[in-house]
Amino acid sequence: MANEPKETVKLEVFRWHPEKGGEPSFQSYEVPFHKDWVVLDALNHIKDTIDGSLTYRWSCRMGVCGSCGMMVNGVPKLTCAAFLRDYHPETIRVEPLANFPVERDLVINLEDFLKKLSSVYPWIHREKTDSLAQELRQTPKQLATFKQFSMCINCMLCYAACPIYGHGEDVIGPAALSLARRYNLDSRDQATEKRKDVVYSEHGIWDCTFVGECSTVCPKHVDPAGAIQQSKVEATNEFMLGPFYPRGKR
Amino acid sequence: MLPKRAMSWSEYMTLKRGAYRVFMLREVSSLFNALYMVFLIVMLHDLRGPKADYDAFLALLWSPAMIPLHAVAFAFALLHTITFFNAMGKAIVIRSGEERISEGGMAVPAYAAWVVATLFVVWFLGHG
Repeated sequence: MANEPKETVKLEVFRWHPEKGGEPSFQSYEVPFHKDWVVLDALNHIKDTIDGSLTYRWSCRMGVCGSCGMMVNGVPKLTCAAFLRDYHPETIRVEPLANFPVERDLVINLEDFLKKLSSVYPWIHREKTDSLAQELRQTPKQLATFKQFSMCINCMLCYAACPIYGHGEDVIGPAALSLARRYNLDSRDQATEKRKDVVYSEHGIWDCTFVGECSTVCPKHVDPAGAIQQSKVEATNEFMLGPFYPRGKR
Repeated sequence: MLPKRAMSWSEYMTLKRGAYRVFMLREVSSLFNALYMVFLIVMLHDLRGPKADYDAFLALLWSPAMIPLHAVAFAFALLHTITFFNAMGKAIVIRSGEERISEGGMAVPAYAAWVVATLFVVWFLGHG
């Protein structure tokens, strides 16, 4: 093609079909180096012109859907936001997100995460459903308390960055805990008590040892590590000062 | 269900990501710090006992091996203190209207108190 650049970039891509057996391997591909290409563009180029069997998830290509998360040179990234120019001329190694089972190639299985996410009731829960018929107003100040945590797009980068989640079967993990925090802080929600069984459990906030990488890799600056530490302070306050609180005070 | 494809601890170490190395150092140093606390508890125990026991303990402190032990204990104590102050900025939320006081801003009083306490200890040792 006339517009093809002379330079290329080499990608080593994780390949594995667990259903067929065999061991995982890395396959090398040379793709044209465009300064404005992201890793996802390179993967699309491979799939369209070199190897149609390569399997991966993507959708929006603009950092909103959270489906194109992968390990790029060992670091969890949204591949739609990882520019080739930041790695060129080095070889770029692309793997499925760490700490998840692999379905095929770069596609991970989200079953464990979805189970844990639903365990923290990540929605606005009202004691009486008829109260939802009326408008539940909020001041900007009330919104500000949880807005940061509501930016989560469930991209799973935080789980891939968390060694505690990777090495523990029952760990609830960063995104689910920060979403629990988000709803606990929402003035419209009434399920804080229901979430405590999971959030305050051994495998909830207390499994976190504050590695902090979940917040570093978060593309939406949600700061799950911050949410978890805040929940720890709240849990400790409740434990120490709970008997002195007026009944029913959150 | 298929097993997780987790990174091994050695893979974390080979990544050029400081947070993982600091985290592992913190975990290992916690054990060391716990053992050092036992050492201090023994010192307090000897302080309550006969003077000869305490003198023997002081003699032990003068041995050359105590210098690296205390240097390492001091370095690890610094590591945990800084971690705690950094965590404080994340864990405690104080707002001015809709704006949150920054994490760095939250840590400043803690570091200031640390400096004041250190200066007091230095003054106390010099004049006490």
